[in-house]
Amino acid sequence: MAVAARRPGARWLLLPSGLWYLVFLIAPLVVLAIISFGERSPNGGYEPAVTLEQYASLATRFTPFTNTIGLAFAGTVMCLLAGYPLAYVLATRAGSWKTVLMALIVIPLWTSFLIRTYAWMFILGSNGVPKVLETLFGIDVQLLNTPFAVLLGIVYNYLPLMALPIYVSLERMDRSLLEASRDLGAGPLASFRQITLPLSAPGVISGCLLVFIPVMGEYLIPVLLGGGKTYFLGNALSDLFLQSRHWPFGAALATAFVLFMLAVVALYAWVAKRLTDQGRESSLL
Amino acid sequence: MARPTPRPTGRSEWLTDRALRAYAVLAYLFLFVPILVVVIFSFNAGRHAAELIGFSTRWYEAAWSNVFVIKALGNSLTIAATTAVLATLLGTSSALAMSSMTGRLRRLFEQLTYVAIIVPGIVIGIAALLFLVTAFGWLNPWLAFGLGSGSPKLGLGAHSVVVTHTLFTMAIVNVIVRTRLRGMDRSLIEASGDLYATPWRTFRQITFPQILPAVVAGGLLAFTFSFDDFIVAFFTAGQDQTLPIYLFASIRRGVTPEANAIATVLLAITISAMLIGGLLVRRGRARPVVAAEEGEVPQATDLAEGVA
Repeated sequence: MAVAARRPGARWLLLPSGLWYLVFLIAPLVVLAIISFGERSPNGGYEPAVTLEQYASLATRFTPFTNTIGLAFAGTVMCLLAGYPLAYVLATRAGSWKTVLMALIVIPLWTSFLIRTYAWMFILGSNGVPKVLETLFGIDVQLLNTPFAVLLGIVYNYLPLMALPIYVSLERMDRSLLEASRDLGAGPLASFRQITLPLSAPGVISGCLLVFIPVMGEYLIPVLLGGGKTYFLGNALSDLFLQSRHWPFGAALATAFVLFMLAVVALYAWVAKRLTDQGRESSLL
Repeated sequence: MARPTPRPTGRSEWLTDRALRAYAVLAYLFLFVPILVVVIFSFNAGRHAAELIGFSTRWYEAAWSNVFVIKALGNSLTIAATTAVLATLLGTSSALAMSSMTGRLRRLFEQLTYVAIIVPGIVIGIAALLFLVTAFGWLNPWLAFGLGSGSPKLGLGAHSVVVTHTLFTMAIVNVIVRTRLRGMDRSLIEASGDLYATPWRTFRQITFPQILPAVVAGGLLAFTFSFDDFIVAFFTAGQDQTLPIYLFASIRRGVTPEANAIATVLLAITISAMLIGGLLVRRGRARPVVAAEEGEVPQATDLAEGVA
């Protein structure tokens, strides 16, 4: 860039934020990793040691996390099923309303996650919809504290994160391909399957990642909507640090989570590069 | 730019078209009705959903006269305002530096920025908790040694929330300001240099006015993210309750109509900050400068990532 040569002193501007990253991002992650190799002291907390014990017990105590992966997977699939048609309508039929409709998808993301989850707690709770159903029809249902409520909470909170990247990839699609397909006699369904769907694949993949990773670390949704019965990594971590105070095991779990996440993102970057062949900055960010 | 809507031809295509549109309407209702329900019931005189009696502000009065709520609101506002200022300064300065350099250092900072945005809040919160507790454990004996036994002890509190919130919000400000810098008209800067303006003068008269809307919008976003955040504050706040922490604790004990009032106040503060930010960005874009149209939507996506 043209200005680069003229402002060699500009790099000093990086010093404050560089220090911030060093002290409040890198150092904490390093401390986390160090603690994960330690042992739990008898009254909780951390005792220095160099052992892989925590990581080993990660494997033996794997059962609760299959639950996490299962629900996170189901939640991601439901977000995809709900988000794809929405993104499709936005990209193909929104017309001059596009800007407004896009803004309406983004706005919920900027409002408090806690409140969005609380809203469903209020609606599904015993004084909400079930009470109304009971008064009107005499039906007695339990909605809150069920896996259904957890899935609903996931779809509600993460739908925009799924719809946005899919919308972006559909929007970038070359429309003339569809016309060509139609001219060659393909029906709308065949055109959709053979052109639209493959071309929106990068958006689908980033959407799934943007949903799957944070859902695995979810804390609020299972606590407020699942009654703490459905165990996610977020709940496990919070229990390990705040209740049972098994710091090293919690640290090992958190470290494994971060590593898993980085691996998935790296894999994604690789796949996206192959899919788009443009090689530009990955469209995840 | 609105592309011409593909005109549906056959009957089945017409049906698909209708079905898709109907679905979109339902999806939008799904996104907004739950929040509206909370707002509506915050003004309901009755205790719960089945008891829709009439308009009342009694739950707001109840919340307002609750000392814990007021204290938590004060904490939240202080934390969010401090975070916004710090994040704006750090995020903007690093964005300016990064836009004028190439090579390894720039890539390193790009990666740090993305890591700060994508690492889930719960991991950031826990790592910060462990780090700060460990660091305080080391520092406190030295402080006591240096300043005598009466010296203050370091501990978790509003300040630890501020430093952790600043970490990921400055990354967000950085992304927004860099997007704006990319879309900026470089020829003005070059012209200014050709006319022998000093770099500082060029910055003050050319660069800064152009990026100002993005800077302010980034600051306001940092404010709302900090103000709304629950999970990071949950781990790092110590004794200083924020409003989301108070709300969480109170709804875990049981849903009360007062919680609806608090939630509505939180929403109102967030949405006003956001609208101001949105208007500023829009005004910035309306200028005859080519905006980074392309960066617009993905940017919204990674901003969203910061919340989760």
